[in-house]
Amino acid sequence: MKLDINGRSHEIDAPDDMPLLWVLRDLVGLTGTKYGCGMAQCGACTVHVDGQPMRSCVTPASAVAGQKITTIESLSDDASHPVQRAWIELDVVQCGYCQSGQVMAAAALIRAKPKPSDADIDAAMAGNLCRCGTYQRIRAAVHRAAELAREDGHA
Amino acid sequence: MHVCILRIFATLSALLLAASAFARVAEADADFATVQRVLQHPRCANCHIPGDAPLQFDDSRPHAQHVRRGDDGKGAPGLPCSTCHGQANLPASYGAHVPPGAPNWHLPPAAHRMVFIDAPAAQLCRTLKDSAQNGGKDLAALLEHVRSDALVLWGWNPGQGRAPVPVPHADFVDAFRRWTDAGAPCPG
Repeated sequence: MKLDINGRSHEIDAPDDMPLLWVLRDLVGLTGTKYGCGMAQCGACTVHVDGQPMRSCVTPASAVAGQKITTIESLSDDASHPVQRAWIELDVVQCGYCQSGQVMAAAALIRAKPKPSDADIDAAMAGNLCRCGTYQRIRAAVHRAAELAREDGHA
Repeated sequence: MHVCILRIFATLSALLLAASAFARVAEADADFATVQRVLQHPRCANCHIPGDAPLQFDDSRPHAQHVRRGDDGKGAPGLPCSTCHGQANLPASYGAHVPPGAPNWHLPPAAHRMVFIDAPAAQLCRTLKDSAQNGGKDLAALLEHVRSDALVLWGWNPGQGRAPVPVPHADFVDAFRRWTDAGAPCPG
């Protein structure tokens, strides 16, 4: 099957039902997207498909053939995406394992809701678990990322 | 004598007509009871709810992860239903604890909630027929919706660990058709 990953076309030799996460990590070598639970319960594997967040662990690769898949590696070329800058500025990360999923979820949120309230952030980010409990910093950083995006004219 | 016989015939005819009408109402009520049994099964009612938090599983517990309806019924901004619910149930190789999938996974929009859960029969019936709530559907469109909509059909093929709607789909559609053919009367 042919998959469009981070703007490049990849010919993938895999069973149709292989999870997209396996394709990304094991076949394409993009290991920024993490395996957490394997059943869409934790959010660590979040990628974007045609700009919408999607849990790659429960997405058969064949289901997204022909769609634009974006992983944490190509959110920006130089960590300049507003969410990445806010995450660095507020030093959100503790162990970091969940954070690529958190960043991808946050990026989807501020695209859908350029000025999110606390309630909007809680609703959108509730599916992304963090065992270190960085939730307060995540919420603050989403607000900051939204500000940065507005300053950049992205929203 | 003739007048007397005519009166008896007239009375009998009226009684037969009344009995026939009564039987038609009873049949329509029975058909709607079948419809109600389907609409209030967890596969349908878990998302036809008065609040903003959808339910899940056969015991209709609140959906994990604080999932919200969203104004358009497709989830909170940034966490659409499609984040986890794909276009089809996943293969068995994914295990028993993964989200189910069907095309256009969603709840009714916030402005038109189409509440099925716990609704008394007459109220459920009025809700179903109210084109201001049901997306502008007349009876024919409602029948087509229950007959062929992919998300409706998912209720009979809900994937591992979920009970399907117990009324066979064909029986449901037949009952729905008879009820609409009878003018879609509301019970009570």
